[in-house]
Amino acid sequence: MTSTASAPAAAATVELRGVDKTFRSRRGEVPVLRDVDFSARAGEFVSVIGPSGCGKSTLFKLIAGLDRADAGTLTVNDKPLDPKDHPVAFMPQKDLLFPWRSVVRNVVLPLQIAGVGKAEARARADRLFPLFGLEGFEDTYPFALSGGMRQRAALMRTVIQERPLMLLDEPFGALDSLTRTDMQEFLLDVWDEFGHTIVFITHDIREAIYLSDRIYVMTARPARVRMEITVDLGRPRPLDVIATPRFAELEAQLLHALREENRQQEAAG
Amino acid sequence: MSETAPNATPALSPPVKPSAAGGGYASGAPSGSGRVAALMRLAPGILLPLGLLLVWQLYCSWANVDPTVLPTPTRIVSQLFDARQIAWEHTEQTLKETVIGFSISVVVAVVIATAMDQLAWLRRALYPTLIASQTIPVIAIAPLMIIWFGFGLLPKVLLIVLVTFFPIVVALLDGFAATEPEAMDLLRTMGAKRRQTFRLLRFPGALPHFFTGLRISATYAVLAAIFAEYVGAFHGLGIWMSQSKSSFRTDLVFGAIGICALISVALFMVIAILARVVMPWYYAAKKGN
Repeated sequence: MTSTASAPAAAATVELRGVDKTFRSRRGEVPVLRDVDFSARAGEFVSVIGPSGCGKSTLFKLIAGLDRADAGTLTVNDKPLDPKDHPVAFMPQKDLLFPWRSVVRNVVLPLQIAGVGKAEARARADRLFPLFGLEGFEDTYPFALSGGMRQRAALMRTVIQERPLMLLDEPFGALDSLTRTDMQEFLLDVWDEFGHTIVFITHDIREAIYLSDRIYVMTARPARVRMEITVDLGRPRPLDVIATPRFAELEAQLLHALREENRQQEAAG
Repeated sequence: MSETAPNATPALSPPVKPSAAGGGYASGAPSGSGRVAALMRLAPGILLPLGLLLVWQLYCSWANVDPTVLPTPTRIVSQLFDARQIAWEHTEQTLKETVIGFSISVVVAVVIATAMDQLAWLRRALYPTLIASQTIPVIAIAPLMIIWFGFGLLPKVLLIVLVTFFPIVVALLDGFAATEPEAMDLLRTMGAKRRQTFRLLRFPGALPHFFTGLRISATYAVLAAIFAEYVGAFHGLGIWMSQSKSSFRTDLVFGAIGICALISVALFMVIAILARVVMPWYYAAKKGN
């Protein structure tokens, strides 16, 4: 079954219960995730923040089906995750646009892999280009795009897959703060339009508050969930929400928790 | 990515840069001032060898050197012109061997490197043997090739393949290995099979490495052809050099060397042009930065 680009993909519920993950190498064992409970409801925007190197990306790899948990359960729509169903579209930290492909050919790459015909893939891409503000850049090579445009192209490559769950791993980490703000607003528009469930990793507390319905704060490694905050800021969220007292309150709360975990992570080495 | 060494002549480039910023830098048609700038860039590469030839010429005539020991460049050219019929016959033969041998080598290298990339056990099994194959002294194996395969085309082609396929294989393997693991993960989340990952990511990503390997190998190819002919052939620049040396025609030896150099440069340029045709994105990105 294929839906059109403008129709929202059915959103998915994702749930992790008691998930453990340990990396084993010749030098020993590194426990990365310990008894992690995590969930995102259909259509929800959930962020994960934590000290760097705490295992957020490992969490993502499990949900993306790139790796398997040692213990615990991982369900999508109440069924155990089957990576073969491809419920997840993944957007990594680097845009990873292939330099040898034009923008449009980068965008249709996942469709090409899925065996979608050329004409249909192109038609689906053409419908997205105006929305992503990249009209006229279809046949440009990625090197000629600005950082923000590259991220929009990468996001388009994620959205075009029409998967019910999107995983975004610090997608705006490398952008300057102005472009970053633009991209955050833009991401909310896209989310509004398509209604995916979004799980978002970030270092940036303000980014997490501005974007999310809920925020998970992870502990230092091995990562557990330290706290879970519901962002009661209402939607749609204008940019000046960051100047409200409630925003400042949430920020202070998160900053306090994160600094404590950061200290522990550094102490652990 | 910075500009590469071969065409980097910083002292001459500033006049070009301002127009480059205005766009249209990537388009091939040079404007009037662009053509002058292009000539200025080429000039040092042409003037240096011409200068060296001039020094050579003057030394020979002033010191009255015996032409069978060291002929003057003008003598080499005029004698080569007189012998052009036979020179062309030998050149044709060497060209044929080089092109056939090098083409087979490229195909063999791509097949082997691809198989080694996809099959870890094959890579582990083959790598030591491949390296060992490069320590075989050409000087020892070339005469044996004559004993085994006679004076025809086969021993020449085999020697060229033996000498040239290794740099290409290594370059390709390096290129494959340079694939970003994150990009592999990304394709896996898209549901890509192993083969798709290779075709869509690993292979195109390795192309710049591949062409570097090709350029290195191309010069070896001509050398290998000459060497294979030198130890025994009916035709070819190698055997012509050997014969000319034996009859004290030093001028023709130099003439043949000159032709070899021209073949190498031509092959190098063909590969450079091919690289621009196959990877327009690579050169466009380099200029853009």
